[in-house]
Amino acid sequence: MTPKIVVDQVSKSFPTDKGTLRVIDEVSFSVADGEFVAMVGPSGCGKSTLMNIIAGFERPDAGSARVDGAALGGPSPKGIVISQHGSVFPWLTVRQNLMFGLDDSHGEGGKETLADHYAAMVGLKGFEKSYPHELSGGMLKRVELARALVVKPEILYMDEPFSALDALMNLRMRNELLRILAEERHTVLLITHDVEEAVHMADRIVVLAPRPTTIQATFDVPFPHPRKLSSPDLQALRAAILRELGVEA
Amino acid sequence: MAHARALLKALPALAVIAALIAVWWMAAAQSPIFPTPLQVFTGARELIEDGTLWEHIGASLFRVGTGFLIAVAFAVPLGLWMGWVKGAYLMLNPIFQMLRPISPIAWIPLAILWFGVGDLSPIFLIFLSSVFPMIVQTVSGVHTIERRYLRAAANFGVSRRTLFQRVVIPAALPQVIVGMRIGLGVAWLVVVAAEMIALRSGLGYLIMDSRNAGNRYDLVIAGMIIIGLIGLMLDGAMRLLEGLKSVRWRYLR
Repeated sequence: MTPKIVVDQVSKSFPTDKGTLRVIDEVSFSVADGEFVAMVGPSGCGKSTLMNIIAGFERPDAGSARVDGAALGGPSPKGIVISQHGSVFPWLTVRQNLMFGLDDSHGEGGKETLADHYAAMVGLKGFEKSYPHELSGGMLKRVELARALVVKPEILYMDEPFSALDALMNLRMRNELLRILAEERHTVLLITHDVEEAVHMADRIVVLAPRPTTIQATFDVPFPHPRKLSSPDLQALRAAILRELGVEA
Repeated sequence: MAHARALLKALPALAVIAALIAVWWMAAAQSPIFPTPLQVFTGARELIEDGTLWEHIGASLFRVGTGFLIAVAFAVPLGLWMGWVKGAYLMLNPIFQMLRPISPIAWIPLAILWFGVGDLSPIFLIFLSSVFPMIVQTVSGVHTIERRYLRAAANFGVSRRTLFQRVVIPAALPQVIVGMRIGLGVAWLVVVAAEMIALRSGLGYLIMDSRNAGNRYDLVIAGMIIIGLIGLMLDGAMRLLEGLKSVRWRYLR
């Protein structure tokens, strides 16, 4: 079976005052269809740049990123990005946000039905007509997630999606995401610096070395869902990954 | 309870106004020509009763409304275009930045030359006064759209038309409204000045005419106070726009 995402020898540099800064150095990996891969690494290690390249927002200097075997011409609804700061449009209601990415073939009524279905799925029933500034941070994340899901993307690119939330809401959103992924199978690429988050959700964890980014190690997470964070297996894996990152836990 | 609290909040402002009137009254009592507040009030009532006040107010509002709306129709599309298309900005911004600091009052001779002394001259001057601040604010509204929103729109693969209608315009709208508030404020400022020089109606004319025709300083001051009150109301009306739910996000925090 051909992989969903192939990252092939990707390198990227940025010009700075002190010469070029090499951010990504010949990174290669692939993600299978329906697989959940988490990339963990220290802050500022070029994770986000790597994701921008895979999602089509930036071009690599060398190498290529391919989705379904085709090189990327730019971002597309095939893979929706959910980022730390969020991008829910504050001038649209929850429902209008969800309808934003839907094309006109659904008809106005069809769009609304779909939007409300996904709003309900993430627990936003009753808030369809609310504006984002009337919602809490956790609810905004739900809007963002629902807006991504409603266009039925094949891939979700999540760049520290829950790191702006408090610990409790973070955990709640993870469970929510896992529940939805069990219903609708998406390929997920998650960037995080939270090892526990990765161990909780991913099928495979790629540990990135700091700048320039290279792949330092890969861990399989062979445990079925729902996972218990306190289980010895998970804790052992978490410790191993942290050790790989140079932290003793 | 809410009324009581609102009244309490307005108390210092009301006290200042009352003190000002008291000082004015005492000072005016010594002067043979400067009117007392009571005389101003009586003068204003006179104007209301013979109906001329409404005519003047109507004339001024008509000129401001017309000039301002033409300026909006011109400035908003132009500002959106200049904000979105870099070439348009580079081409037009320098000339607008140069025209902007020229006071509309300086245009009065040219306005009279081109448009005579009818309604067109003040309308033209109002247009000039309000169009530049609105262009500047609209451009800055587009320039300050956060990249994350444009990226999200690109991610959903929407057409350029949708991008413009559903992202660029609504994202810039709060700034457009700020520009409109500034624009209307300046327009009101200018109509009075423009009417002082020519024409036979309007609040500016009322002030100059009252002085020229028999030193009616009570009517001069009545006119000034009315101008202030109407200016306050126009600003209040524009502020209502800022309360719209689809733009309020920008004014929060």
